[in-house]
Amino acid sequence: MTDRRAEILGRLRRSLKAVAETPGRGEAVQARIGAKARGPVPARSDLPRREMVTLFVEQAEAVATSVARVAGDGEVPQAVADYLKGQNLPAEVRISPDPALEGLAWSEQPLLKVESGRARLEDATSVTAALAGVAETGTLMLASGPTAPTTLNFLPENHIVVLRASQVVGPYEDAWDRLRAAEGEGQLPRTVNFITGPSRTGDIEQTIQMGAHGPRRLHVILVEDEGQA
Amino acid sequence: MQSTSHAFPDNARAAVKNPQLKKALNHVKAGFIDKRAKAAAKLPEFEDLRDAARDIKNHTLAHLDLYLEAYEARITEQGGHVHWCGTAAEARDKILEICRAAGAKTVTKGKSMIAEEIALNDHLEANGIEPIETDLGEYIIQLRKEPPSHIIAPAVHLTKDQIEADFRDHHDHLPAERNLEEPAALVAEARGILRERYVQADVGITGANFLIAENGASVIVTNEGNGDLTQTLPKVHIVVASLEKVVPTLEDVSVILRVLARSATGQEFSSYTTFSTGPRRAGDLDGPEEYHVVLLDNGRSGMLGTEYQDALRCIRCGACMNHCPVYHAIGGHAYGWVYPGPIGAVLTPSLIGVEEAGHLPNASSFCGRCEAVCPMRIPLPKMMRHWREREFERHLTPLPLRAGLGVWAFFARRPALYHLFAGLKTRALGALGRRRGRFRKLPLAGGWTAHRDLPAPQGPTFQQLWAERKRDGQGRPAASA
Repeated sequence: MTDRRAEILGRLRRSLKAVAETPGRGEAVQARIGAKARGPVPARSDLPRREMVTLFVEQAEAVATSVARVAGDGEVPQAVADYLKGQNLPAEVRISPDPALEGLAWSEQPLLKVESGRARLEDATSVTAALAGVAETGTLMLASGPTAPTTLNFLPENHIVVLRASQVVGPYEDAWDRLRAAEGEGQLPRTVNFITGPSRTGDIEQTIQMGAHGPRRLHVILVEDEGQA
Repeated sequence: MQSTSHAFPDNARAAVKNPQLKKALNHVKAGFIDKRAKAAAKLPEFEDLRDAARDIKNHTLAHLDLYLEAYEARITEQGGHVHWCGTAAEARDKILEICRAAGAKTVTKGKSMIAEEIALNDHLEANGIEPIETDLGEYIIQLRKEPPSHIIAPAVHLTKDQIEADFRDHHDHLPAERNLEEPAALVAEARGILRERYVQADVGITGANFLIAENGASVIVTNEGNGDLTQTLPKVHIVVASLEKVVPTLEDVSVILRVLARSATGQEFSSYTTFSTGPRRAGDLDGPEEYHVVLLDNGRSGMLGTEYQDALRCIRCGACMNHCPVYHAIGGHAYGWVYPGPIGAVLTPSLIGVEEAGHLPNASSFCGRCEAVCPMRIPLPKMMRHWREREFERHLTPLPLRAGLGVWAFFARRPALYHLFAGLKTRALGALGRRRGRFRKLPLAGGWTAHRDLPAPQGPTFQQLWAERKRDGQGRPAASA
């Protein structure tokens, strides 16, 4: 198989009439990867902070994500309980083993059963934390790690995501910059999920049906941590 | 998969006579075109993004060897394995080997056109491993033992009633009197059945929309979330991807993602865009223990540096077939191999040979809609023309057509003679057809009159009219003034 590698690379180079060492080629590739130059970035999300957050909410709602805005972390457990009640869902959630989520005042919701860990097949609702919200298309960015199992984003029928207003960015490129700042150049978490609305399919006569395999419902609890302007 | 592209004319004739297919294909015309147009109109930067997307791929293809090496280095650093495969047979053997090493009994699969290209399911089944398609459309056609008829909507050739009948046939453990009237009920039934399978599977296989050289990520774009369950739950994840999927950076992939969903389904962004970089890391509670990337050439390195290189920019959005009048009439199966529509007409001869697939580039009226909507600005009509030239050069074109073209070429190179005979012919046909104004049948024109009448010429030829107007000093025919 090592031979195959050399063979295929050789064929590519013959077709390109180049060799690996052709002057300038390697430099061009390294420069391109190093520069991380942006292409045309849509102007739509180039807005003052508060309006950017409003755009995120509008775009999220346009793809059938529901959004509840709360004033602080302290209100998150109540917002979770309210959402479950409003949707007639069982008062049980599986939260990611993230200290920021585990440390919330869940005890104030005595009727709500809260467990943390990776998702089980029988879990109806998960609660996870986002890394960023992309206003451009109402997209959530979630990253895997010991405190953020990926299964929570896909296995349960209902997915609740806690997002802070200060985590909302305009375009995807700004989200990548935040992630690079956290992880280091050229490093990504094992899995990064861009999530834009609940699971859907158009495979039966092109009619859109929700809840194909992933969550039927996607709910964002937006914590207003930037103060009122 | 086994090609039937050589039988395209018969396939196409059968397809246009199939009323069920016609009904199903109406959804293509009605749905995709309008949604794409709206999504494009909503984004002022859309045309600039198409230019940028084209340039990114052109740059990458010109340095493809180096970007693949950079990509591979990152995967290896992150604990994954890259397997280079020259042919379809090598790729399916490699995948089988990985599955066997994992002791796999069942394998879940996300949607992958490359898996279709290498006929993976048949190979796994023949070797005692059960592949389970998890994309709803792919699941439906797997039940029917059919290939996909569209690259993003594999079951687009089927009506709801056909799918309901298939579910009743195959899901016979469920109550026969259950209500499957609504599409939602069918979706829910498939969801219920597949959930267990995700958890049981030993290996998950996905395709890749992109591979990123900067960080070794493979990217899948889905709406259902099936690809994510497929790659997260089993202990082994295999990505199967062709060489040209690589792009340099996250910024580059962001540009292309902005044109992908809009061109495909008219969504601004698909529900799930997932970047995965390797196996489970220390402390992770889920994710695969092994991560393999099967990199497939299968003829692509031979397209590089030729007039077909631009086709390697394709991101498999399906816009060209969604807008193709030929595809609308015959659907995808008639094309006879993995990739239908205009991109299939260009790719198929490149990958399996013009001898087998020479009919496909002829399945075009050159209306140009495919190129007009292609997010990567692939000059599809021009490339189909190249294939027609190759077909002619290799004497694959039928003899009567070659003879006819020879006669035409003789006159076309002699303008005076051409005008003389065109004028005579026009007058003769005009006189013959004066009474009816059209011909039902005409010698040597059976190909035309089999399907429609030929209108009888009225008055002088275009060249004569043109000369007349010029003489009158108008410069152009009055009708267009």
